[in-house]
Amino acid sequence: MTASNLRVFEMHAGTPSTSAAAATAIENRVVRVSPLKPNSRTARAATAVARGIVNAIPALIVVVLLLLVWEMASSGPKASLPSPSKIWLEARDLITQPFFVYGPQDIGLGWRILTSLQRVAIGFALAAMVGIMLGALVGQSQWAMRGLDPLFQVLRTVPPLAWLPISLAAFRDSVPSAIFVIFITSIWPIIINTAVGIRNIPQDYRNVAAVLQLNSYEFFRRIMVPAAAPYIFTGLRIGVGLSWLAIVAAEMLTGGVGIGFFIWDAWNSSKLPDIVVALVYIGLVGFCLDRAIAALGGLATRGTAAA
Amino acid sequence: MIAPVTPRAHAYAQKTLLDRPLLRIDHVDKSFRRGGTTTEVLKDVSLTIEKGEYVSIIGHSGCGKSTLLNLVAGLIQVSAGGILLEDREVNAPGPDRAVVFQNHSLLPWLTAYDNVRLAVDKVFGATKSRAERHGWTMHNLDLVQMGHAKDKRPGEISGGMKQRVGIARALAMEPKVLLMDEPFGALDALTRAYLQDTVMQIHTRLGNTVIMITHDVDEAVLLSDRIVMMTNGPAARIGEVLDVKLPRPRNRIELASVPGYLAAREAVLKFLYERHRYVEAVA
Repeated sequence: MTASNLRVFEMHAGTPSTSAAAATAIENRVVRVSPLKPNSRTARAATAVARGIVNAIPALIVVVLLLLVWEMASSGPKASLPSPSKIWLEARDLITQPFFVYGPQDIGLGWRILTSLQRVAIGFALAAMVGIMLGALVGQSQWAMRGLDPLFQVLRTVPPLAWLPISLAAFRDSVPSAIFVIFITSIWPIIINTAVGIRNIPQDYRNVAAVLQLNSYEFFRRIMVPAAAPYIFTGLRIGVGLSWLAIVAAEMLTGGVGIGFFIWDAWNSSKLPDIVVALVYIGLVGFCLDRAIAALGGLATRGTAAA
Repeated sequence: MIAPVTPRAHAYAQKTLLDRPLLRIDHVDKSFRRGGTTTEVLKDVSLTIEKGEYVSIIGHSGCGKSTLLNLVAGLIQVSAGGILLEDREVNAPGPDRAVVFQNHSLLPWLTAYDNVRLAVDKVFGATKSRAERHGWTMHNLDLVQMGHAKDKRPGEISGGMKQRVGIARALAMEPKVLLMDEPFGALDALTRAYLQDTVMQIHTRLGNTVIMITHDVDEAVLLSDRIVMMTNGPAARIGEVLDVKLPRPRNRIELASVPGYLAAREAVLKFLYERHRYVEAVA
């Protein structure tokens, strides 16, 4: 830095201009550097993309290797499961066209996924609302905790499908029954995580609320929800995963247009390649659901983590 | 805007007019019960505080200083005796006794502005317009020189800056008594000195009544009108109260040559290290 300044002074040494001119020259040098900034930003974005590709390469290699092993294992004449190439030949329309409609029961997997997702959305939204409320109650009140926690601990171990017969009996219709199964499956981790989050609110925040005389609604909105948000979102993330597990199983039994019933239907008509394609769809959607809740949580708890 | 200097004079005038203390701590006992055992923390503590006074409470750790402050704040209840603020009994927390907590206790999901604004909205929601509340929030942030960082979250600013926002939040409630629980305890020496000066300036300007918990003798002498020295717990009492009759405004550098300064410092040190030496608690 000093060296370059000196050079500027040398340049003007022969001319009548004074140090003011030299100063302008320095300013010019500084200004000339600035247009590089946007370039560096695009460069940074490019390196991020490149890094993403580099990170994805091992996963791609593993997938390709697995497909190869699978192809070799199931290419014999006595193979009981279809090979990848056979799946591609027989179920290509399912893979390439997720949104076709040929008839009332002959629709693309995209539509089936959307139907299942709709049920999950309703059941999970109800579970999130009721679960956060109940969790707040159990986390705040010692008496609610003592009264409800044993019940929760017992009920949460009941497998999702065990609820199905009783909900079919209660609702006398498959769609609300499936939604109820989603609800009852995903509510427990939401309740328990919310309660833990609220019990862990630092005493300092409670003191602040006390000094400010926040009423219970204000305390809920301004302190409880933001302070417990990381825990709540962990619960929601586990809950959405469980509800995606439950919907497939529930639809296998209740029928209709969902992805679960599609698998059952394909099994009954011996279309194994269709089942494999459906499994890949289910896995990818489940992954996206998990990431979506995680991203939402990251967004909602930006400030909380850095305390 | 608040006119400088006058409120303090005004406070003294009012004091002589009404001739009764702003805050009266009257024969207060406090004991905690856990399981079958009862621990007596404070025993027969009485203290009166006048309007505009800056009172420090000093003592060894575990002597119940913070308990006393929490009692005044209303965060915990007295076991016996009573605390009166303007002749009204204190039995619940409220914004008329704003607290500056030791570890700032800002809400990490709110910006500096929103942390102060939450208090302003709560206290002045009914009496001030939206624009006035915004102005008052900014005024208090500017008072602690934090207006420039109003959009920063607590995680993005230094410890000293967090404590400034904490002080702004407390001041914004216009408390009758400002309670500070070791407000500079968690800061490094340079930041602490800087913040002490800020608090001193604000006290001179606004004439607040302040109760400050501290374990720092120099800090107590520099800032206080009176220093309340507590004996060691359990069952801590007020051992001695020292009037610090040093002229204001005070300057930490010039203070060393002011005659009363060394005497005051010595009195507190003698109390703490000779007569009530800290005994390590035996578990």
